[in-house]
This record gives sequence, C-alpha cells and structure tokens, in this order.
Amino acid sequence: MKPAVKRLIFFAALILFWGLGSHFELWHETILPSPFSVWNALIAGFADLTLVYDLVASFRRLLIGLAVSLLIGTALGILLARSKTADDTIGSMVLALQSVPSIIWLPLAMMWFGLGEGAIIFVVILGGTFVMTLNVRTGIKNVNPLYIKAARTMGSNGIDLFWKVIIPASIPYLVTGARLAWAFAWRALMAGELLSAGPGLGYTLRYASDFGNMALVIGVMIIIGVVGAVVDQLIFQRIEKNVLKRWGLES
Amino acid sequence: MHLFIEIQHIDKIYTDKDNNANTVLEDINLEIPKGQFVSILGPSGCGKSTLLSMIAGLTSASSGDIVVDGATVQKPGKDRGMVFQEAALFPWMTVTENVIFPLRKDMNKKQAVERARHFLQMVQLSNYAGHYPHELSGGMQQRVSIARSLAMDPAVLLMDEPFGALDEQTRSRLHGQLEKIWIDTQKTIVFVTHSIQESIKLSDRIVVMGTQPGTVIADINVDIPRPRDAQKQQVTALEERIMGLLKGEIDKVIHEELAYEARR
Ligand SMILES: Nc1ncnc2c1ncn2[C@@H]1O[C@H](COP(=O)(O)OP(=O)(O)O)[C@@H](O)[C@H]1O
Ligand SMILES: [Mg+2]
Repeated sequence: MKPAVKRLIFFAALILFWGLGSHFELWHETILPSPFSVWNALIAGFADLTLVYDLVASFRRLLIGLAVSLLIGTALGILLARSKTADDTIGSMVLALQSVPSIIWLPLAMMWFGLGEGAIIFVVILGGTFVMTLNVRTGIKNVNPLYIKAARTMGSNGIDLFWKVIIPASIPYLVTGARLAWAFAWRALMAGELLSAGPGLGYTLRYASDFGNMALVIGVMIIIGVVGAVVDQLIFQRIEKNVLKRWGLES
Repeated sequence: MHLFIEIQHIDKIYTDKDNNANTVLEDINLEIPKGQFVSILGPSGCGKSTLLSMIAGLTSASSGDIVVDGATVQKPGKDRGMVFQEAALFPWMTVTENVIFPLRKDMNKKQAVERARHFLQMVQLSNYAGHYPHELSGGMQQRVSIARSLAMDPAVLLMDEPFGALDEQTRSRLHGQLEKIWIDTQKTIVFVTHSIQESIKLSDRIVVMGTQPGTVIADINVDIPRPRDAQKQQVTALEERIMGLLKGEIDKVIHEELAYEARR
C-alpha cells in the first residue's frame, strides 16, 4: 500500500473514532467538541473572514521574520566559518542562544518595541536566526576539500572560490538550515501571537479559549498543524530531497 | 628536448601535533622533458600524491624548488591541470558548466561552450553535456574531469591515480583513450599510480619510488613499442624487473604496518 493511502486511512479512522466517541458521549462536548462542531466553527471562521485575516497576518509576520532571520543567519554563519576568533566568541553565544526558546525574549521585546508587530517579529527572527547560523557554519566548514583543491588548480581563489564553489557546495546545509529556521520561526510566531494582540492564528486561539469556544480552539490548532506539516513536507522536504540528490549525497 | 619540469632537491617533512617529524619525501630530483608521459610508481604512502600536489602548487615543499617551464612553482595555476582519483566535479553544475568553469574568465560564454564541446567530444561524452554528475557513472565522471583539465589547455597534466577507483574493464578502456589523447595533444603527463601494469602500459618512463622516506629508487625508460598490449614478452619482463625493485619496499610497508598493529 502506498504511504499516502495508509495515511489517508489512518486519519479517516482517527476522525471516525473521534466522531463516534462524541456521538456516544464518551466525553463531554465542552471537553472535546465533536468533529462536526469543529468543522462548523472553521466554516464560520472562514465565512466571516476572521480566519482569513488571521492567516494573512500570521503569514505576513512569518515571512518578514523568516526572511530577516535567513539573511542574518547566513551572514553570521559565514562569519563564524571564516573567522576563528568570531567562532570562539560569538559562536559560543549563538550556541547558548539556540538552546533557549526564543519566546523568552518576548517580555524584553515588548519593552523595546511595544505590544505590536515589532515584538512578535523580533521573536520570530530570533527563533529562526541561530539554527540557520549553525547550519551555514557547518555547511561551509564541511565543504569537500577536494572541490577546493580542484577549483584552485583551475585558477579560482579568494572571493571567486568562496562564491562560486564554497557557497554552492554548502547549499544542502543551507536548505536544511532554512527548513529548521522555518520550523522554529513558526513555533515562535504561534507562541508570540498567543501572548499578544490580534489578528493572528495564535491570538484567535487564545481569544476562542477565553470565550470557551473549544470548537474554534481545536479548529485553529488543526490549521496550525496542517500549515506546519504542509510547508515542511510539500515545500522544504521536497527541495531538500532534490538538492541532496543533485549534490550526490543521497541516491 | 628541453627540460620542462625540474624538481630540485625536494624534501617534505610533516610535523604532527606532538612535534614528531615525519619525512615523507627526501631529496627528490627529477627532470621531465616536454611531451613526456611519465609515471610515478610506488607503494601507497610513499609520497606520490604529495609530490604531485607540490607540482600543482597545492602543497609547499619543506625545501627545494620545482620549476615548470622556467618559472618556480609558488601557487596553483592553469598551466598545470590536475585530475584526482575522485572526479571532483561540482555536483551543482552540468557537465558543460563544469568544463567551462576554468574558462570563465578567459573567453566569452559562447567560445567557452564551444571549447567544452570539443573536449567532451575527445572523451566521447558530447551527448552528456546537459547531464549532472550524479547521473554519470564513475568512469564517465572521470572522463569529464579529464576534459575539464584539458579544456584550459595546461602545459602539464597531473594525474593522481585517476583510474584507481574504477573497475578493471572501464580502466582498461580509459587507458586506451588517455593514450590517444596524449598522442593527439602532445601534453606532458605526470601520472601517479601504484599499479605496475598501468605504468608500463601507458608511460615513456617510470620513476619508481621507495618509501619511508620517499625517494626515487629507479628511473626506467620504457622503450616498448605501442600499443603495448601486443608486446606481452617485453611487458612481462619489465613487470618482473619492477616487482623485484619494489619487493623490498612493500616488505618495508608490511613490516611497518605489523609494527604499528603490535604497538596498539
Ligand atoms: N597533510 C598531511 N599531514 C600529515 N601527513 C601527511 C599529510 N599528507 C600526507 N601525509 C603523509 O605523507 C605520506 C605520504 O602520503 P601520500 O603523498 O598521500 O602518499 P601516496 O600518494 O604515495 O599514497 C603518508 O604517510 C601520509 O600519512
Ligand atoms: Mg596518493
């Protein structure tokens, strides 16, 4: 059986179990609303466009934050790979920063940028930057020395060698870095939105929870999960697979 | 014939982190005339790659000089093309893009592509111009790598066990192709190998190296007419002679390895 078919059957069974459990009142509607209530809450949310605005607002923050974090992450990664001093100093700080969830910066960010967009985007940027930095650094350091030797015998050196050989050779790591940066940024965004003003998926999640609208809570959770999975599998894993294949790192 | 590559009193000493000196090459002297196909033959670890890499300008000597076409080697240059044991093609570039990589700054794209086509034809791969390296077999990749080196029209082609990773049949076919390329282009070729048969089949001259430290133990002119597959007797006689020369060296390597195992 194809994995896609297995997956389909699995999710169908899960929803069926959930629906039957609700139907026979194995649990109370206020604890776990039925799939129909969740579906209706989602339909209503999309019909009055609140969920559409939420998605747009969340994606806007994510795209800005992710773009900035990829830029800073790449620049910082290059610096760490090229300078031993930077690696020994800034490098150890990056490792420390990478090990904490970026949401802990939110209180500080709110002091600096106020309660709005700025603070959330700041947290998203911090979420994505360091994992990108570390992957770029590793990618550059792990370039096959044979490529560099070969390029040098063909008259390439200095900046030309760096941009024409070392950077392209590290692209598999850059792609993995970008995929992980997206995953961290997406988590940071949701955490940030839960704690701040709307619109945004995270904000609507908390708003629905405050008003006891559990159906919408679950609906938004599903949207967040689906977006995460779709972007990861349909975009990043696909690119990653193609790159690994082309770069000869996977058959 | 005028001297083209002069290797003068080359020593190479590697020092490890405990400051133990390892003399890899000791007082190597060689003079290679233009157009010669010379093999450097020796057991693995005798410093063949190190020596070749010094001619390429990728490694510096501890003492001594290497002069190529009148100029002392300081750094790598396009006058010396290098083919490694692995093809070292850039996987993100197509075959053509790989071959024009060394030509980018010397000519416009159209000329470079034209030139690439010519050399890909020479290695019989013009049908694969648009393919990526991962779509080619090891032997094909190595031929692209040879075309890429030839395309920059180097005065010398340095080859470090270029066919060492290939299967016997592919290797034998590539021997034929390389011999033809050498005759057509009249390049000076310095060919590193640890295979006695390979060196006899291809070269005008075989420099036999001993190990620990790496020194030249014999310098043999091979005047067996080509193609040499047809000269079984002479080939076998030379093979045996070289085998005799190397026997002591190989014993030395094995002895060293056993001693190393015993120390562990
Ligand atoms: N960068 C290096 N640092 C230290 N030792 C090296 C280095 N490169 C080669 N060697 C040593 O030099 C010796 C000769 O190596 P090499 O030139 O690769 O031999 P060959 O190509 O003949 O097999 C080996 O003992 C190897 O361990
Ligand atoms: Mg070697």
